[in-house]
Amino acid sequence: MPYVPHSDADRAAMMKAVGIQKMDDLFQDVPAHLRYPKMDLPEPLSEMELMAELTAMSERNADLKHFMCFLGAGAYCHYIPSVVDQIVSRSEFYTAYTPYQAEISQGTLQGIFEYQSMICALTGMDVANASHYDGATAVAEAVVMAHNVSRKKRRKVVVSPFLHPEYRATTRTYTQGLELTIVGDESVRNDLPALLSMVDEDTMCLIVQTPNFLGELEDLRGVADRVHSKGALLVVVADPISLGLFQPPGEHGADIVVGEGQPLGNAINFGGPSLGFFATRENLVHKMAGRLVGQTVDAEGRRGFVLTLSAREQHIRREKATSNICSNEALNALTAAVYMAALGKCGLRRVAELCYHKSHYAAHRIGRIPGFQVMTQKSFFKEFVVKCPVPVSDLNDGLLEWGIIGGYDLGRDYPEFTNHMLVCATETCTREEIEYFAEALQEVAG
Amino acid sequence: MKVEQGLLYMESHEWARLEGDEAVVGISDFAQEELNDVVYVELPEVGDVLAHGEVFGTVESVKAASDVYLPLSGEIIAVNTDLEDSPQLVNESPYGNGWFVRIRVANPSEAKDLLSADGYAKFLAEEAEKGGH
Repeated sequence: MPYVPHSDADRAAMMKAVGIQKMDDLFQDVPAHLRYPKMDLPEPLSEMELMAELTAMSERNADLKHFMCFLGAGAYCHYIPSVVDQIVSRSEFYTAYTPYQAEISQGTLQGIFEYQSMICALTGMDVANASHYDGATAVAEAVVMAHNVSRKKRRKVVVSPFLHPEYRATTRTYTQGLELTIVGDESVRNDLPALLSMVDEDTMCLIVQTPNFLGELEDLRGVADRVHSKGALLVVVADPISLGLFQPPGEHGADIVVGEGQPLGNAINFGGPSLGFFATRENLVHKMAGRLVGQTVDAEGRRGFVLTLSAREQHIRREKATSNICSNEALNALTAAVYMAALGKCGLRRVAELCYHKSHYAAHRIGRIPGFQVMTQKSFFKEFVVKCPVPVSDLNDGLLEWGIIGGYDLGRDYPEFTNHMLVCATETCTREEIEYFAEALQEVAG
Repeated sequence: MKVEQGLLYMESHEWARLEGDEAVVGISDFAQEELNDVVYVELPEVGDVLAHGEVFGTVESVKAASDVYLPLSGEIIAVNTDLEDSPQLVNESPYGNGWFVRIRVANPSEAKDLLSADGYAKFLAEEAEKGGH
């Protein structure tokens, strides 16, 4: 078909069909003075002048090179070894795009296969896909998958109030056409036993995050059995760094393990791009969304890599696909794979141990500041909750002047936790920085 | 390509073999040949009650996924669990070990809407001719 623009006759017919006289009528909802605003632009600059101006603008950001960071809440500051960027910047790898043509994508496919294999080892699961956009979409895809595993017969999702608030919001948006009932997160009093009592024969899955949004580790012992006894699936959302130290969800009987993969060697980058990891059991693989790379042999018996079980995906199964998204975050997944390979099992465990010890030291230190109280009672990993004597937003404004990015204001998501700050300390914090942070908190609050 | 005598067929290439008030259902030799290597078959649950013409499963081959339709209304009383581990049975023996489900037929009069083996063979020949133009 030729690329013919609309003719005047076409336009007239379309305008008649929608009941307008002229094209401008389509824009009547936009106030007239905003339709063609006068652009008061400065004189053009040379490239050199422009670079200086843009650099000055970008340096007004509170970036992690110039600021200490005690903010986590889903995006985490971890040290990224130089080897990671060195490898992923190689021109052979440097594409964000998911591979379609196996014949010419062997290196990319092998990278993804190794990423998948390491995610399986980390989560204790059988099979992992090539990644989703981020942790939030991975959770939403887990719900869609649980719905399909129940053959669309079950309607209820039980979700912890301490699953990341944005993951819960994304899941609701993502699944709104499926007419599901999402319960459990209406009250912060719904702890794991309370959530388990909500799991019934109409429930497709229970979603639990550990460490949860408040940083606490959830006790998963016996949870899978209770969930399975009702015929539902257990979805565990995990911090991948924590899995270097704690028992993987697969060993607790989880059916789907998902999470935000950014902590694995990916920079925070003002919020993205990121990746969501997704792993499940082999018997459920046909219901899994996302790209999947498998290892095979060619006609001469040589090892090769191919996209596997593609018939699940949208380009083949159309509206009945396991997901409308059949892509992945290839470069971010590769970054995660290089990071895991560079650290190895012992290195990842060491990073996790440092997070654990430094955050506990920070909690101990902040708990001694008059007016501040550490509220976290259970075991925690790298984040904890501090009740503050003044509003968190006021504290954070003051901390910026000390060169510190303060913790997350929990009152934004939980009215019960007004004046509660979620503080994160990873392996990147030094003892001196923690002391300085505590001093700053005391001064700013006083 | 074989059209087995004594079975009832649909134009969407499923077959049914009546056995008393029950029927065994599968896909035709033509269908398995068109699909190429079958890698996965998704089947309904025993106890599901489905209507004539309703989707009761999906066949995945390496590069395609196709729905399969139930030739006769009824309750699913057995599914071929061998297909879970050996989906290639659909290719090897479409009228035998590659069967999909067994149903209790709810409405035997629906059989008159299905094609005989000769009718189905004629339909395939006509389709092939159309495709040739």
